[in-house]
Amino acid sequence: MTDQQLKNKIKTEEYFINMGPQHPAAHGVLRLILTIDGEIIKNVEPDLGYIHRSIEKMCERDSYQQIVHLTDRMDYLSSHINNVAVCLAVEKGLEIEVSDRVKVIRTIIDELTRIASHCLWWGVMGMDLGALTSYFYAFRDREMINDIFEETCGARLTMNYNVPGGLMFDIHPNFVKRTKDFIAEFKTKIPEYNLLLTDNVIFHKRTKGVGILTREDAISFGVSGPTARGSGFSSDVRKHHPYNAYDRVDFKEILFTEGDTFARYQVRMMELWESISIIEQLIDNIPEGETKAATKAVIKLPKGEFYQRVETARGELGVYINSTGNKNPYRVKFRSPGFSNLSVLNHISKDVKIADLVATMASFDFVIPDIDR
Amino acid sequence: MTNEDLQNIITGLGTDLEFTTEGSEFLNVIVPKEQLHSICSQLKSHPELKFDYAFCITGMDWVPALGVIYHLESTELRHEIVLKVMVEDRENPVLDSVHDIWQTADFHELEIFDFFGIKFNNHPKLRRLFLTPEWEGFPLRKDYVDEANMIIK
Repeated sequence: MTDQQLKNKIKTEEYFINMGPQHPAAHGVLRLILTIDGEIIKNVEPDLGYIHRSIEKMCERDSYQQIVHLTDRMDYLSSHINNVAVCLAVEKGLEIEVSDRVKVIRTIIDELTRIASHCLWWGVMGMDLGALTSYFYAFRDREMINDIFEETCGARLTMNYNVPGGLMFDIHPNFVKRTKDFIAEFKTKIPEYNLLLTDNVIFHKRTKGVGILTREDAISFGVSGPTARGSGFSSDVRKHHPYNAYDRVDFKEILFTEGDTFARYQVRMMELWESISIIEQLIDNIPEGETKAATKAVIKLPKGEFYQRVETARGELGVYINSTGNKNPYRVKFRSPGFSNLSVLNHISKDVKIADLVATMASFDFVIPDIDR
Repeated sequence: MTNEDLQNIITGLGTDLEFTTEGSEFLNVIVPKEQLHSICSQLKSHPELKFDYAFCITGMDWVPALGVIYHLESTELRHEIVLKVMVEDRENPVLDSVHDIWQTADFHELEIFDFFGIKFNNHPKLRRLFLTPEWEGFPLRKDYVDEANMIIK
């Protein structure tokens, strides 16, 4: 009997199972309704809303200073970058130019956030594929960044360090030294990461050729961030629409063309080095200047629409503010990277095994509150 | 390409298009809803425009009209525009889906249906995405009232 005849003979019925909302590989409350034939996935339908807080509606009620504090509850691993995005949009409306000092500090903390986020992603990516050690390695190193944040911002996860017009307060006197110490130590850790996972033959077999996303699909589905760059789509907002101090630092946009899970993995691993390089270029030359431009206690944006794009650890975050001239915005929209990245999952997961879907999802680096908002 | 050049090309793609840059950093094009799909497909296929990346799709309630805002970019030519479409009927608002042009619209239209109640013709599977299927009303509309769960100042 040929394989095909055998397949026809032992045909199974299609059925559906729920993956989530309490599934460890979803890293949050994401529910996927999988239609499967045996172990082969035929359809993936995400069902969202388990952690939806309607932040966009809450923004219509709040003042512009208050909105900043809501955004680090979206993608909590890029909380600082989210805060900066809102501040930049409000500053655009007020036509405030923040000082060079603020720009540089924001850039350094942005990149530290990106390293912390990629660390966590690396740990859980290994864990999703059954390698628990990576989780402990990554959390050990991420802890050092959280300590730096705690000292300067007063919080470890939801930093709230930015206000429209600048920073809430200046950096801690230890900030520069601790950041340099961290960079020096972290440089010795990345080779360990590579030994553990990147060069691991089992890891290669689980990730190479799995979940292939073409460049055309990435653009059409609005995929952004490292996920898109693994497919060769040059989507780095820091390069194409520079903000903060990104126009004065030298860094490469990491691009791979394979589009598989391993390519997305490599993009993030190499981005760690780029983030380190950006911090090293800036950390010794933080210019002097004021840390906060003068703003009124009640901020009123002029009538109009303001849009700010930033690159979070997951991709492109867009903040759209529509103002009618009041102290509250008329409408706020957050274009979150996770939501658009999730939309492509069904397209690239047809006719793969469930275990490969887990590997693909791990390389997409979903944060569910970012998808749900 | 400058906004003037973009405007000159886009003017020829449809009739009764309105252009403005007031209060926005982008060129805003207001499109009559009947022409939405044809203009969108031309924006993507026109060799001098090539708007292939819809980086943001926003539902909007400009009382009384509802509508959608499309932020578009060309990944090759790196220019951006904003497309706006309005629908006056609040009881049964219907627009054409553009998911066959930019596939990202599939999910974004579900989100807009969920929160603004705008239906999209030819959408593959229009359903409640975030809210439960039996949810009444559309929360991001300005006239939505929910005294139990909303604090209004």
